Amino acid sequence: MRKPFAITLDPGSSLANHTGSWRTLRPVYVDRLPPCNHACPAGENIQGWLFRAESGEYEAAWRALSEDNPLPAVMGRVCYHPCESACNRAQLDAAVGINSVERFLGDEALRRGWKFAPPAAASGKRVLVVGAGPSGLSAAYHLARMGHAVSIHEAGPVAGGMMRFGIPKYRLPRDVLEAEVRRIVDLGVELKLNAKVDHILKTMRAGAFDAAFLAVGAHIGKRTSIPAGASARILDAVSVLRSMEGEEKPLLGRRVVVYGGGNTAIDMARTAKRLGATDAIIVYRRTREKMPAHDFEVEEALQEGVMIKWLSTIKQAGEGALVVEKMRLDETGFPQPTGELETLEADSLVLALGQDVDLSLLENVPGLEVDGGVVKVGPNMMTGHAGIFAGGDMVPSERTVTVAVGHGKKAARHIDAWLRGTAYEKPPAHALAKFEKLNTWYYSDAPKTLLPVLDAVRRQSTFDEVQGGLDESSAQFEARRCLSCGNCFECDNCYGMCPDNAVIKRGPGQRFEFNYDYCKGCGVCAAECPCGAIEMVPEEI
Amino acid sequence: MAYQPLKFYQTGTFTVGNRLLPPDVRSVQSTQRRTNSLNSGHRACQGCGEALGARFAMDAAMEASERQLIAANATGCLEVFSTPYPETSWQIPWIHSVFGNTAAVATGIAAAMKVKGRSEVRVVAQGGDGGTTDIGFGCLSGMFERNDDVLFICYDNEAYMNTGVQRSSATPATARTATTMAVGEAPGNVFGQGKNLPVIAMAHEIPYVATATVAELHDLEAKVKNAMRIRGARYIHILVPCPLGWGHASQDTIRIARLAKETGLFPVFEAAHGEVTSVSRIRRRQPVEAYLRPQKRFAHLFGEPPKLEVIARMQALADRNIRRYGLLEPESI
Repeated sequence: MRKPFAITLDPGSSLANHTGSWRTLRPVYVDRLPPCNHACPAGENIQGWLFRAESGEYEAAWRALSEDNPLPAVMGRVCYHPCESACNRAQLDAAVGINSVERFLGDEALRRGWKFAPPAAASGKRVLVVGAGPSGLSAAYHLARMGHAVSIHEAGPVAGGMMRFGIPKYRLPRDVLEAEVRRIVDLGVELKLNAKVDHILKTMRAGAFDAAFLAVGAHIGKRTSIPAGASARILDAVSVLRSMEGEEKPLLGRRVVVYGGGNTAIDMARTAKRLGATDAIIVYRRTREKMPAHDFEVEEALQEGVMIKWLSTIKQAGEGALVVEKMRLDETGFPQPTGELETLEADSLVLALGQDVDLSLLENVPGLEVDGGVVKVGPNMMTGHAGIFAGGDMVPSERTVTVAVGHGKKAARHIDAWLRGTAYEKPPAHALAKFEKLNTWYYSDAPKTLLPVLDAVRRQSTFDEVQGGLDESSAQFEARRCLSCGNCFECDNCYGMCPDNAVIKRGPGQRFEFNYDYCKGCGVCAAECPCGAIEMVPEEI
Repeated sequence: MAYQPLKFYQTGTFTVGNRLLPPDVRSVQSTQRRTNSLNSGHRACQGCGEALGARFAMDAAMEASERQLIAANATGCLEVFSTPYPETSWQIPWIHSVFGNTAAVATGIAAAMKVKGRSEVRVVAQGGDGGTTDIGFGCLSGMFERNDDVLFICYDNEAYMNTGVQRSSATPATARTATTMAVGEAPGNVFGQGKNLPVIAMAHEIPYVATATVAELHDLEAKVKNAMRIRGARYIHILVPCPLGWGHASQDTIRIARLAKETGLFPVFEAAHGEVTSVSRIRRRQPVEAYLRPQKRFAHLFGEPPKLEVIARMQALADRNIRRYGLLEPESI
């Protein structure tokens, strides 16, 4: 072999030098659980669908979203968005407006007529769903997509449950609700209206159902014993809100007092204002901090001229007036009477003190247990009677639309497994993506986009929707405020900043992998990963 | 011509790549087609800033010259870790030179290309701060003065690292090195000495001078590309933290480089014919302590009691840079 003067070796590449053996720490790609996903009662993969929305793939985003929740346009209006309370971005500037992006996607889907993918192969099993509220609709949707034949029996004349008969129009326009219900029915779900189930076992037998999901909700307004004169006009909020859906609007008078401190009380007072009441007054026995209603709704109600009497109870109801007693909070935060009385003029008193469940369809069901007015269910949402599952407001839980939708999904998974003779195993959850894991240097400064709000005058007199939606560019802007906590969004930092070219870029959507032959374990990739999706683990030496 | 950071959500141009950006504003480093001029298997320490800076700069130069590039390399860390005979990590035409004559070797290559009529072939010279500010300074100044068609890139890690961290004329005040020990009345390197090579290069009034750090990739690549658009003598000075010599954790290389800029200790700017034409502004200003404290070479400032007056002198240097180059956003002043 001829070589130049004084040369004895052939030229070689440093690739022969496997510097990976220097490593004491090994970088590993991980997916962590974003706090929004963790907080979502409906179990949405929020970071996942925002990722699609960021690049303008709205249909893909909507499909990812509706994998878990078939009612995005509804949810984008009525959800109390615990995701936003958990959002890591709140520690930078303000939480990502997840709810408004969800609404945009939901509305976009309706506008463009996107349909759900048809169900998988038919399983041959029949499932009865009792109640067409959020929980029942959610369960029906998931069960249908799993290939089961689903029939919803709804006692009322229209579907929607509390979304229809509890939530006022100014928060949820009915055409939006109807369109999202229709899309579920279009999957092949049978919807029977005015079909009250009197006895669950009989109905199951008659329809040859293999399993049932009960989701009748809680529709009976709680009463309290208030000494009242014969002429006092006392109503309950659930009935009044329900009658808003009929032809005959309820007659409440000019001065309306609402008793209670939950979201229903707020809805009731705002509805009264819109019906023409000059005064809509909420009487609540504790303070604003203790009020169960969500603060932004209290705020909106106050803007519309609703008045709230804190630390007050109603002692007596008479014609045209109420006797109210002042309260004070004791050391434990519980209200105690002070004996101080005052008179409050009122044409009607509406009670919003919570709701009970109509359990009449469950009489004589072996094994089924009721506790405190609600049905007991196991971790798999099944009641004590095999094959009968329950969810939504009729089981012990927080009573919101989002929780109900989550119940529907969870129950559907367990019903599906039960019908197949197996048990549903929840995949292990990733570790939480905490703020401390992020490298926030890399995120652009971007304040939250505010939603347009209807002006106060129109809010006091009409049932037009109060909150507007985002247009496309603001929705995309808002989606792009997402930090993608704990999940790689392909920013190329690891690939670009490795001093040893030991990160392999696999191409769009394919993420990256480490080349451990050359990775020296310096940890720059993990330190500079914006979203905390790389972990350094000790190497076994 | 100055690089403008894109405030494009969610990460704009702060990250190496961004799938939301149009392809023409994405960095060379984010692409799969990058040259990887300095390949894997090199023997640089874990988290080496110089290895990173060299790949950033050479990949950008290769792209800008459509891969018609020859590099001359000064002796130093960069050679020692990339080309132990007979192996090489370089995937570009590359010529070794001795410590002091890199600029002259590059000038020679440029002259040869001119003679051969190969004007499309561009010449880059590269070296560390020792080969640039000390040993190679005479040849470099000559190359500037003759306006030879060479881009000289200095990877500044502020000391002679491969021989055991000895002081260079780029070592900052108070830094501990093997030859400026942290002992005595005034431990570490003295104040008021050393060379500010970007400013010296500007004094030659050459067409293009720029500074950059490995923490701002888009800025660095834009400067290399800007330099490659110009003929004549050009100089880019890149700050490259050295985990070994500076005594910081290997994963903190980028963070330290970022802090050098955010504190104002290392001004990042661009100049043409001796005048500053643009500066990269400070985004989140930090006191110099944030930069000094994580580095063991400054550990003697943070003993019991801390040397507050020395830290204040370092802060004064940063404040002077901020004033001199206008490093703050106008609205934040």
